[in-house]
Amino acid sequence: MTRKRRRLIAVLLGLGMLGIASALVLTAFNDNLVFFMTPTDLATKGSPEGRQLRVGGLVEQGSVERAADGHTVLFKVTDLSRDVPVRYSGVLPDLFREGQGVVIEGKLGPDHVFMADTVLAKHDERYMPPEVAEALKKSGHWQGEHPVAGAAAGAEAKP
Amino acid sequence: MIAELGHFALALALILALVQSVLPLIGARRLDPALMALGGSTAFAQFALVAFSFAALVHAYVTSDFSLAAVVDNSHSAKPLLYKITGVWGNHEGSMLLWVLILTLFGAAVAWFGGNLPPDLRARVLAVQGMIGAAFFAFILFTSNPFLRLSPAPLEGNGMNPILQDPGLAIHPPFLYLGYVGFSVAFSFAVAALIEGRVDAAWARWVRPWTLAAWCALTVGIALGSWWAYYTLGWGGWWYWDPVENASFMPWLVGTALLHSAIVVEKRDALKSWTVLLAILAFALSLIGTFLVRSGVLTSVHAFAVDPRRGVFILVLLGVAIGGSLSLYAWRAPALAPGGLFAPISREGALLLNNLLLTVGAATVFIGTLYPLFLDAMGGDKVSVGFPFFNRTFVPLMVPLLLAVPFGPLLGWKRGDLWAAAQRLSVAAAVALAALVLALLLTSPRMVLACLGLGLAAWVACGALVEWGERLRLLRAPLRDSLVRARNLPRAAYGMTLAHLGVAVFVAGIAASAWESERVDLLHVGDSVRLAGFDVHFDAVTPIEGPNYRADRGTFTVSRDGAVVATMMPERRFFTVQQMSTSFTAIHTDLLADFYLVLGEGDGKGGWTVRIYQKPLVPWIWLGAGVMALGGLVSLSDRRWRVGAALKRARLQAAE
Repeated sequence: MTRKRRRLIAVLLGLGMLGIASALVLTAFNDNLVFFMTPTDLATKGSPEGRQLRVGGLVEQGSVERAADGHTVLFKVTDLSRDVPVRYSGVLPDLFREGQGVVIEGKLGPDHVFMADTVLAKHDERYMPPEVAEALKKSGHWQGEHPVAGAAAGAEAKP
Repeated sequence: MIAELGHFALALALILALVQSVLPLIGARRLDPALMALGGSTAFAQFALVAFSFAALVHAYVTSDFSLAAVVDNSHSAKPLLYKITGVWGNHEGSMLLWVLILTLFGAAVAWFGGNLPPDLRARVLAVQGMIGAAFFAFILFTSNPFLRLSPAPLEGNGMNPILQDPGLAIHPPFLYLGYVGFSVAFSFAVAALIEGRVDAAWARWVRPWTLAAWCALTVGIALGSWWAYYTLGWGGWWYWDPVENASFMPWLVGTALLHSAIVVEKRDALKSWTVLLAILAFALSLIGTFLVRSGVLTSVHAFAVDPRRGVFILVLLGVAIGGSLSLYAWRAPALAPGGLFAPISREGALLLNNLLLTVGAATVFIGTLYPLFLDAMGGDKVSVGFPFFNRTFVPLMVPLLLAVPFGPLLGWKRGDLWAAAQRLSVAAAVALAALVLALLLTSPRMVLACLGLGLAAWVACGALVEWGERLRLLRAPLRDSLVRARNLPRAAYGMTLAHLGVAVFVAGIAASAWESERVDLLHVGDSVRLAGFDVHFDAVTPIEGPNYRADRGTFTVSRDGAVVATMMPERRFFTVQQMSTSFTAIHTDLLADFYLVLGEGDGKGGWTVRIYQKPLVPWIWLGAGVMALGGLVSLSDRRWRVGAALKRARLQAAE
């Protein structure tokens, strides 16, 4: 085997693998790219039903209810213009409370209740998740709180 | 005053680093021994200065000197001493100082152990280390100075995030940085080799132990981080494909590839320019990883806007380091003399396959991690890449790698016999099939993919043992012969067997996580629930008082068929300074499975949300990582790498 042929084989092998990897990446991107929406986006632009979404906002004051089974929680996420009702089953992150910024991930159900499978609340009350800040800025209710960059380690809750 | 001295020492270190990055290079060009030797002295002096500076910062934290801005932001006088110390590197400024401390430690180590290097190579390597150091000293002094004073000084600090107050996390960053920064040595060797235009077996023999040491530290660092996330975040996962985790995983993947390709350079003098490229990439990804995590860019691209100076500095530094080294590579790599020939089916070929799969895997992780940042920076949609993305791109690339692992060491150099290797592996294949069938029959619910994963783990493990047995001629030669062979086998061979066994243990741990079970309930004291054959009884909740928190401690009795297995006490802690609660999980392990309890919020009426998991084989994930790192250490202790060994061999050859 000559040097040229050996190199050709190595290069072809590498290209083949890159091809396989790109195919994997593209198909996986199709299903797993999670788009971010604000409650107003959801209310006005309509909802891609059954698609994984992230929604950011504040937990509306007085909206948190616990269902009788003890671990299902109902609450509303608001950008102070519109709100979305959310249902979540599981242990909420430690810093989840009313008036606090959260990011929820899940799907919009047929009854227009957002079925969250992940609730993210950052472990620092000074901190505002960037998505939430974005949502508040868009709805014109931004108070100019200074997000502390990189200060908080995230805590997530999954059911 | 001590803080000012620390600050001053850092400034001096910057000047020394600048000297070290220029004069030894000139010395190497002119073959001037005095100038070349200068690199060693400046490397030692830099390490002493940075160590002093770091000690000054630790002193400020321990004595709670709230006239320093960094201390105010990250510490509190009521914090336990351990966390006052670890708080030093729990934030951007302090962690950068730890980074340069480790960098100068490696620089001094190269100077110390590099006595047997050709003086011009040593001088060039130290000069490149000096350049990296100078860039980081400037970054710290001009944009992230931990010694900035506040006036007037506040009376109390803001404290540290409670979930970071944990012994696992205390030692995680130093290990991670030992890994990241350790790759800087391989990088410096690569750049020095490009400047010289020469890469040979001796070069690989010098590079490999440094890479191996860095790789071991990185493996331990990543495992510690994952273990910390598992037991503190309270939802039972151990890897989330979070950008912060990916940032450390990408250099690990490329570093693993580098370890393997350096073997080919050492033994066969082939794959030289590819190895140099991997050395550059491993450190480039370490740099990207450091900045991704510490700059806040992951939380938001706009974090750069908060402190644009820092952001611009980082981008320029990354651009110069990565762009510069890759340009040098493009310019000089063709000048490297081509190495030995080999057939595609050979040990070199197998190692090349390993390299391709690992680097392509790293590329998919890279795309998944940085695509959202890229899209956001371009003003596009705000998106995030969910963790199923990584499972669907990365895992399919690793399966062929694991299938190929047992073949590699059984193939001969230059030209291998695939059929002979397959025959020797028939035992391993039989065991793997048996494991697969047993798993399918014995487990419920039936999970085909997880069973395949267990079979794959058995294949890798038996493959490693078969290879070891082949080396000993076990069962073919008399037992006494095999024992003699076992004693004479080089440590590097044992290291490889151990590391591959570690991979198998790790894969088994991941595969078995498919059978975990969990439940979440609202429980009152006196309630009992059942999970995976275990009965959990909620005995009591008692309030307790910690050093800087108050907590409710739940007591649970876990029993199986009436026999008590464990008493577990998860807590819910409330940190008074930060006004926030965290859960302190209780984990009972018998190394075959974990039983994991989290005490959630109380409803104020005597009910508590309690989350319970039963996780088979989960400890094997960290056990596997530990065995891999141990394999690396054993290989590192091989006498081939010892100081002077290379020199002696060179003398012997000269004598022949």
